[in-house]
Amino acid sequence: MRKVLLHSALTFLAVLFILPFYWTFLSAVKSTAELYQFPPVFWPSEWHFENFAASWNKLPFNTFLWNSTVVVMLSTIGQLISSSLVAFGFARFRFPGRDALFILLLATMMIPWDVKMIPLYMEFNFLGWINTLKPLIVPAYFADAFFVFMLRQFIMTIPLEIDEAARMDGASNFDIYWRIHLPLMLPGLILVGTFHFMNAWNDYLGPLIFLNDQSQYTLTLGLALLKNPHDLDITAIAAITTLLCLPPLVLFFLAQRYIMDGAVGSAVKG
Amino acid sequence: MASVEISGLRKSFGALGVLKGIDLSIEDGEFICFLGPSGCGKSTLLRSIAGLETLGDGTIRLGERDITDLPSAKRDIAMVFQNYALYPHMDVRRNLSFGLALNGMKRDEINRRVEAAADILRIRELLARKPRQLSGGQRQRVAIGRAIVREPKLFLLDEPLSNLDAGLRVTMRAELAALHERLKTTMIYVTHDQVEAMTLADRVVVLDKGRVSQFGSPLELFYRPANLFVARFIGSPSMNLLEAEVQCMDGDLLLLGGPGLLRPVTAEIAADAMPEPGSSATIGIRPDQVEIVPEGEGHLKGLVQLVERLGVESHVHVKLSDGRDLLANVRGTHPVRVGEVVHLALPGAHIHVFDAEGQALPRRLDPETEALINQHRGRRVA
Ligand SMILES: Nc1ncnc2c1ncn2[C@@H]1O[C@H](COP(=O)(O)OP(=O)(O)OP(=O)(O)O)[C@@H](O)[C@H]1O
Ligand SMILES: [Mg+2]
Repeated sequence: MRKVLLHSALTFLAVLFILPFYWTFLSAVKSTAELYQFPPVFWPSEWHFENFAASWNKLPFNTFLWNSTVVVMLSTIGQLISSSLVAFGFARFRFPGRDALFILLLATMMIPWDVKMIPLYMEFNFLGWINTLKPLIVPAYFADAFFVFMLRQFIMTIPLEIDEAARMDGASNFDIYWRIHLPLMLPGLILVGTFHFMNAWNDYLGPLIFLNDQSQYTLTLGLALLKNPHDLDITAIAAITTLLCLPPLVLFFLAQRYIMDGAVGSAVKG
Repeated sequence: MASVEISGLRKSFGALGVLKGIDLSIEDGEFICFLGPSGCGKSTLLRSIAGLETLGDGTIRLGERDITDLPSAKRDIAMVFQNYALYPHMDVRRNLSFGLALNGMKRDEINRRVEAAADILRIRELLARKPRQLSGGQRQRVAIGRAIVREPKLFLLDEPLSNLDAGLRVTMRAELAALHERLKTTMIYVTHDQVEAMTLADRVVVLDKGRVSQFGSPLELFYRPANLFVARFIGSPSMNLLEAEVQCMDGDLLLLGGPGLLRPVTAEIAADAMPEPGSSATIGIRPDQVEIVPEGEGHLKGLVQLVERLGVESHVHVKLSDGRDLLANVRGTHPVRVGEVVHLALPGAHIHVFDAEGQALPRRLDPETEALINQHRGRRVA
């Protein structure tokens, strides 16, 4: 009895959660007539899958896709390497001021992006990076406080004796990081990679501020171009939005096993 | 294979002095145990030899080389850690070959060594498994294997059996002894289990609060403990100790009196410098040597509090007239009963005497025992 109640509640919540996605998808494939019909249609009489291709070709979305891919891939690689390296440093080395430095790092998490926006713009402008993809990529190579914190927690579950055994086996500090800690951190790296991928993929404000030319636009900016008040193309917006949801969805699906137990798990099991 | 010379080794963690001047001279091929209570610095001393601790002072030589300032990897030393410290993400084969591959050894040679070690340790069928798929004993073997393949000059083992259950511990103990027999490499083994130390070691280093309390063969520690600490620590049940006072000497015989003693205890001492009459001393005697005798023949008398009958022997707990406890182990069928007053004799040949500082006065032993405790390497050199 309680199970039935629980399952009904969960099903209700799941439907509630999925409904907007389904609605977006429907809007992309409905005929124009059904799009504006009231009461709304939940199972269209005709499915216009060609809307996807048509919407994609309305604007140079191939270029936007390429730009997004470059940004997301390069920044994810940077984030994985830099955050894990910094975490390794904080977890395994003793140096004067380490703890103070770590607290300072954590404190940076409390600064909202909105506050950094203008100084960042000035900095990148000074470097001549405005209207290039660099502002969206390079910062990822300087580690992120939250990811460092998370990976450091991971490393601290690896017994020190393993480092010492490796050291006696002739491993250098870099060997220990690269051959021992990185593989053991894999669940944490997948977690960081997935989170960062989603942030970078969905980022709108960053590209909006740092990019001017359409040739540099990422997908989120491209999508925004469709919100032209003179020609509001709901079908195109819905179609592109649906497509944009797919990569994070697939990624999350692949990584979910790690995300579920990685968030609470540890590097060394058994 | 190599000898180990340690001199003046000091180490502290902040204000806490952990090693307070260690001098040791270990011979090539010896099996050495570091024995001592928890926190006495055994692991710290072992890790210092391995190069995993920065030293305050002192030098360490391995064979001809001064290794004091060498990094761990260059010392030609392999270590087996208490919790095994296997690389969790590598299979057994990779665990064994990791160090060899890092040092640029050829594939063929690596495989030869890995397989040889796997044969010795009977882990051949485990080579493709990950550490988490192994039992405790198997992990232990892999950890030992990882040390063997390096073919080091010195093995260090930090309580390698402490995480195993009792039965497996006995088996692995025998295997370790056989392994040492086979490799003939110098080994240093840390334990706080005196049975392990007594059965495995050629010589035992007893550590007490960061100092070497005694360094000798297992039987030497038992028959000729150098001080009260070793006397209490070695032997189970441990030695009976009674306060006494030196009365007089007669040649090699020392007469001691003391509270509760019905007549003086004689001890056979082989010292040139005998203690002053009137100075205080401690008498020690192992429970097995205390005898229950008829009234009038004993040195002590007391009330039997408890008799533990173990079959082969009986442990008799006696409360002496002045309230102290004394343990006597007598034959299993001795008719002694709880509540009885017994008279106890302390035979002179088995008396240990310690001076006021707790240092032992050298005992005279019968030639047979004397020969036995001195052949500390007899097991192998023969
Ligand atoms: N990294 C460290 N920092 C501070 N103190 C330490 C450290 N390692 C060991 N100690 C201290 O040094 C002393 C000796 O430690 P050690 O580990 O050598 O003892 P042990 O003889 O191996 O004991 P056990 O039988 O419990 O393993 C202990 O008091 C311990 O608390
Ligand atoms: Mg220890």
